[in-house]
Amino acid sequence: MSALVKGHTGEWEVVIGLEVHAQVISKAKLFSGAATDFGAEPNTQVSTVDAAFPGMLPVLNGFCVEQAVKTGLGLDAEINLQSVFDRKNYFYADLPAGYQISQFSRPVVGRGKIVLDLPDGTAREIGITRLHLEQDAGKSLHDQHPSKTYVDLNRAGVALMEIVSEPDLRSAEEAGAYLRKLRSILRYLGTCDANMEEGNLRCDCNVSVRKPGGALGTRCEIKNVNSIRFVMQAIEYEARRQIEVIEKGGAVVQETRLFDSGKGVTRSMRTKEESHDYRYFPDPDLLPLTLDAAWVEKLRKSLPELPDAKKQRFLAIGVSGNIVNSLIEEREVADAFEDEIKKRISQKGLSPEETKSAVEFVQSPDQRQLSPSLLTAVTSSSGATSSTIVNFVFAVANARKEDRATLVRRLDLSGLGDLQDRKVISGRMVREIVEEMADTKKDAATIVAEKGLKQVTDTGAIEAAIDAILARESAKVAEYRAGKEKLLAYFVGQVMKATQGKANPALVNELLKKKLAG
Amino acid sequence: MALDKATVARIAALARIKVPEAELGALAADLSKILTWVEQLNAIDVSGVEPMTAVAHAKPPLREDKVTDGGIRDKILANVPETAGGFFVVPKVVE
Repeated sequence: MSALVKGHTGEWEVVIGLEVHAQVISKAKLFSGAATDFGAEPNTQVSTVDAAFPGMLPVLNGFCVEQAVKTGLGLDAEINLQSVFDRKNYFYADLPAGYQISQFSRPVVGRGKIVLDLPDGTAREIGITRLHLEQDAGKSLHDQHPSKTYVDLNRAGVALMEIVSEPDLRSAEEAGAYLRKLRSILRYLGTCDANMEEGNLRCDCNVSVRKPGGALGTRCEIKNVNSIRFVMQAIEYEARRQIEVIEKGGAVVQETRLFDSGKGVTRSMRTKEESHDYRYFPDPDLLPLTLDAAWVEKLRKSLPELPDAKKQRFLAIGVSGNIVNSLIEEREVADAFEDEIKKRISQKGLSPEETKSAVEFVQSPDQRQLSPSLLTAVTSSSGATSSTIVNFVFAVANARKEDRATLVRRLDLSGLGDLQDRKVISGRMVREIVEEMADTKKDAATIVAEKGLKQVTDTGAIEAAIDAILARESAKVAEYRAGKEKLLAYFVGQVMKATQGKANPALVNELLKKKLAG
Repeated sequence: MALDKATVARIAALARIKVPEAELGALAADLSKILTWVEQLNAIDVSGVEPMTAVAHAKPPLREDKVTDGGIRDKILANVPETAGGFFVVPKVVE
């Protein structure tokens, strides 16, 4: 599914590679015994190693190595039995040693791959170039004082896995699918919480454009984008920008850019070119890391069933193709599904026919009301919708330090999925309702009624609002019809205002486009 | 290998060492001599030899994943020129 972008001079192909920094789940840091807990008081989880006191020596955390190797195996990658830690040299206030310990020429994990399940049902293989271990930096706060920066080193030295993809991705959608699949694999393995909003999964995007089949264009790197949606927006914007630059006769300059999520644009960081000279060299404080082949094989055998294998198994027992991806994306959801199947079959040993009929029973629309709420939420919605709900539940579980699996089974997600399916509520209202449900134990419909969250889906009411606005704004309507399509957003805004924000945005868009087309 | 003044100035900038313009020439000459001396090693053919990154043929000691350190903020901040609310305070770093 190679989506081409149309420019004035014909079609363009977008080439994307992603560098993901995934925070390793571990109790202690990569090279010190300080804790890694999120949200502690500043500088209370800092050892003299993390603060780079003179003479302090790093000692490698064996469990972090195990987590990296496990992740490598989960990405079907080569494990390098010999790897080396290097120093990456640069100066910044939250990097006390003046260098980050990383792996440069000999990473612990080599080439691997990720299989993307695309919305049209096809699968595509994306190459992984490498995975290496490195230290995180501390945190700088620039907004606490007009002329000072405040530094907290709690995060300094926490283990990160940098996972680099080949430039195999061809659209913002594929980049989104890649991140979702990577997140799913990391969570199945238990090696990273993979929550972009909390910063334990961060993404740099390398974007370039070229004429289909032509030589690679000059790339720009967009740093530290912190949600899947923003990654997709940043790529869309950056590809358009580069095409415009080239078509106007200019050249793309290789540089680092930042994504401004408020404005939806990328902008140049304007840092000096020489700041990228990191002068890597092997860290003399650390011996090369040697892994035992037998130990790696033992780890391989201990891996849990991963999403791809689970998908094949689910398909084989008769799970329908249109819900299987949303069922397997999160392990907690897949487990709830399997528990339900098992519950429906009282016998110990079950024949393939029995399994099949139980699966059919659980999937049938009439029975969804009887199945656990989570399963209903997943099977009743489109993949993207259910994923939103499940991720909000995970975020709320994390914030409340509750067990994810327990929370997903406790809440009225069937009611929530149903409300979203029937477009009673918008995606924006989901988190609020999830939080309220976790607090009050009320069901979704009750909360929506009490808080007046209902969105207007009555097409008659929305059409009336649109008609009134189009009649009032005849000049702008003429401009739109003359080709100024950017005005659509203005009209949507006006309709949302007229309906006090309760109109269903997708419906407003659809109806407006129809009416404006005449 | 001969280093020119511009290269020396760049190395100094990367290491955040302030070198007066007048000293660049002498430093360039010294550094060039050192590099030329080390370049004698180029006479040896090392093709097919694994790069050596450590002299000891030992495995690195590994730490268990246990919290054994931290909780010493007062000590960490003891020599810091300026602090506030448990943070290090430094001149504003503008990106």
